[in-house]
Amino acid sequence: MSFTVPQELEKEIDERITHYPVSKRSAVLPILHALQHHFGYLSEEAVEWTAAKLELQPIKVLEVVTFYPGFRQEAPGKYHIRVCRTLSCAMAGSYELMEALCEKGEIDRSAVSHHHPIAVGKDGKFSIEFAECLASCGFGPVCMVNDEFHENVTPDKVEDLLSKYE
Amino acid sequence: MSEPTYKAGKQPHANEYRLIFRNIDREGWDTSIDTYLNEGGYGELKKALGMEPGQVTNEVKASGLRGRGGAGFPTGVKWTFIPPNNTKPVYLICNADESEPGTFKDRYILHQDPHQLLEGLIIACFAVGAHLAYIYIREEFPEAAQIVEKAISEAKAKGFLGKDIQGSGFDLEVYVHRGAGAYICGEETGLIESLEGKRPYPRIKPPYFPAAMGLYMCPTIVNNVETLCHVKHIVKMGGEEYAKLGTPRNTGTRILCVSGDVRKPGYFEVEVGKITMGQLINDMCGGLKEGRKIKAVIPGGSSAKVLRGDEKYTIGKGDDAKELSLLEIPMDFDTLMACGSMAGSGGVIVIDDSRSISWVLNNINNFYAHESCGQCTPCREGSLWMKKISDRIVAGTASPEDVDTLDSVARNIDGRTICAFGEACSWPTESFVAKFRDELTADTKADLSGTLLNPESKLAAAHLKSQQEAQKTEAKPVAV
Repeated sequence: MSFTVPQELEKEIDERITHYPVSKRSAVLPILHALQHHFGYLSEEAVEWTAAKLELQPIKVLEVVTFYPGFRQEAPGKYHIRVCRTLSCAMAGSYELMEALCEKGEIDRSAVSHHHPIAVGKDGKFSIEFAECLASCGFGPVCMVNDEFHENVTPDKVEDLLSKYE
Repeated sequence: MSEPTYKAGKQPHANEYRLIFRNIDREGWDTSIDTYLNEGGYGELKKALGMEPGQVTNEVKASGLRGRGGAGFPTGVKWTFIPPNNTKPVYLICNADESEPGTFKDRYILHQDPHQLLEGLIIACFAVGAHLAYIYIREEFPEAAQIVEKAISEAKAKGFLGKDIQGSGFDLEVYVHRGAGAYICGEETGLIESLEGKRPYPRIKPPYFPAAMGLYMCPTIVNNVETLCHVKHIVKMGGEEYAKLGTPRNTGTRILCVSGDVRKPGYFEVEVGKITMGQLINDMCGGLKEGRKIKAVIPGGSSAKVLRGDEKYTIGKGDDAKELSLLEIPMDFDTLMACGSMAGSGGVIVIDDSRSISWVLNNINNFYAHESCGQCTPCREGSLWMKKISDRIVAGTASPEDVDTLDSVARNIDGRTICAFGEACSWPTESFVAKFRDELTADTKADLSGTLLNPESKLAAAHLKSQQEAQKTEAKPVAV
């Protein structure tokens, strides 16, 4: 697949860069967000494109991509689920939620590791990962599906939740 | 101003004093600027623009406001750390990277009352002389980023942002900058590095105090979302009047977030120090579940040292000294510090007697091992070792000495790192071992005592042994 940034997206990116009048290197994160939102993940080409855009060595962009848990280098599913793993949610049952989501969403997490935290399910419809504290500790367990946030997701609500995403 | 009514089931508790959260969960309230203006919004900005910037700072100093992000440092004093002879541009950053486990307050301000934050931020920029500001919002709040960006363009259209704000001659541009899921970006110098487009490795202080050398090496003020909202109310009430809220040295209101083993977890805005831990847990959160007792409370986000349910705390010195039970502790900065913990970010996590302490500590250690930025060796290695040892304790494959090793690893992190993450990651372990040693030890296996348990130490032992044997064979007596 060739890597082409649509004109509209490039226009949006150019506008974002103007938010950093002192140093356009500051625009690394917003550009990566825009590219990841469009392509689903950050490929080598995306890194090189960003570097060229900001007149940086590609390593300056790659080191950012590999540091932040919010950036992915592999394609997720159509709907990417993030389950909060941290204390209050874990006490409210987030590990059980993870199990239920994997079962109902037909996702196998057995190959997940620190460097490959995302598991993609059958047909690539859903993918899933544990995230650290999503800041809704009173209403756990919580999860995000793409940009949508859900709280009090007990395992019995999993079927309903997944059925919203077609 | 009309008295707000709240959505069904969302009424504030009678013990609450809502200043910052006045519009949260409010019936008929929305995030548009018209709704905000209808209630006198941006009135305090107009008032502030009629004052001298230094006067605004003095009001904030007089208010006694302490930062609500975690450290509790006096906000007005922070503002005055900008060097007096400064000729560089000054920047202001709003820290909306809310990610301390147990804390969920800024989320609601960003999603439901963005103009309150903007008004406080613009006043703060005016006070410190900043003409460019960023709101650093964590990536996991995508909707909030959109809401705040919309609020910014609305405020700009009405002349509250941009050039010559309300004819005052004061210019300000504000932009949203989104993080990417790293807890360390909540540390102010890490946040600044992140905003410069780099890995968020915190900078060492001194010399890199943001107020002197911050964003792009220029003076920079970093304030939490809730802190900036308070600025608006300080301008409205006047510093002295605001300082009457709360208790001396612990003024104003603050939002406490309660999670864990209580019947009704949630967020509550209270006057600082006016309610006790017991009132918070029992009256406001409906107490514990049937037949349960408090085993422990983490009072200020997961980095705060744990307090035991059955412990007595001595507060004050000499004749003023008094003994308090956990439930009698007033929720303020100074008392919680005197109890050996901290008020931190206001995130209270309640743990009842059905929970395994080893499991709780292991969950916390997993968090810090994942979030250490990796810049300083003690923290990068230590946080992972603490995770691995507590993994073993939970799995029932730890030796009794592992509890001491755990403690020793923690004590070799704090004070030996560039930023406060070192303390944040080691304090939970230090305090859990100090207060729940028996329970942690009970989860270890006595018959594993003296054995090497992790792969690294097994390899190291084998290597040492082979070296020793090689030395023995070399060290044959030489005939003279």
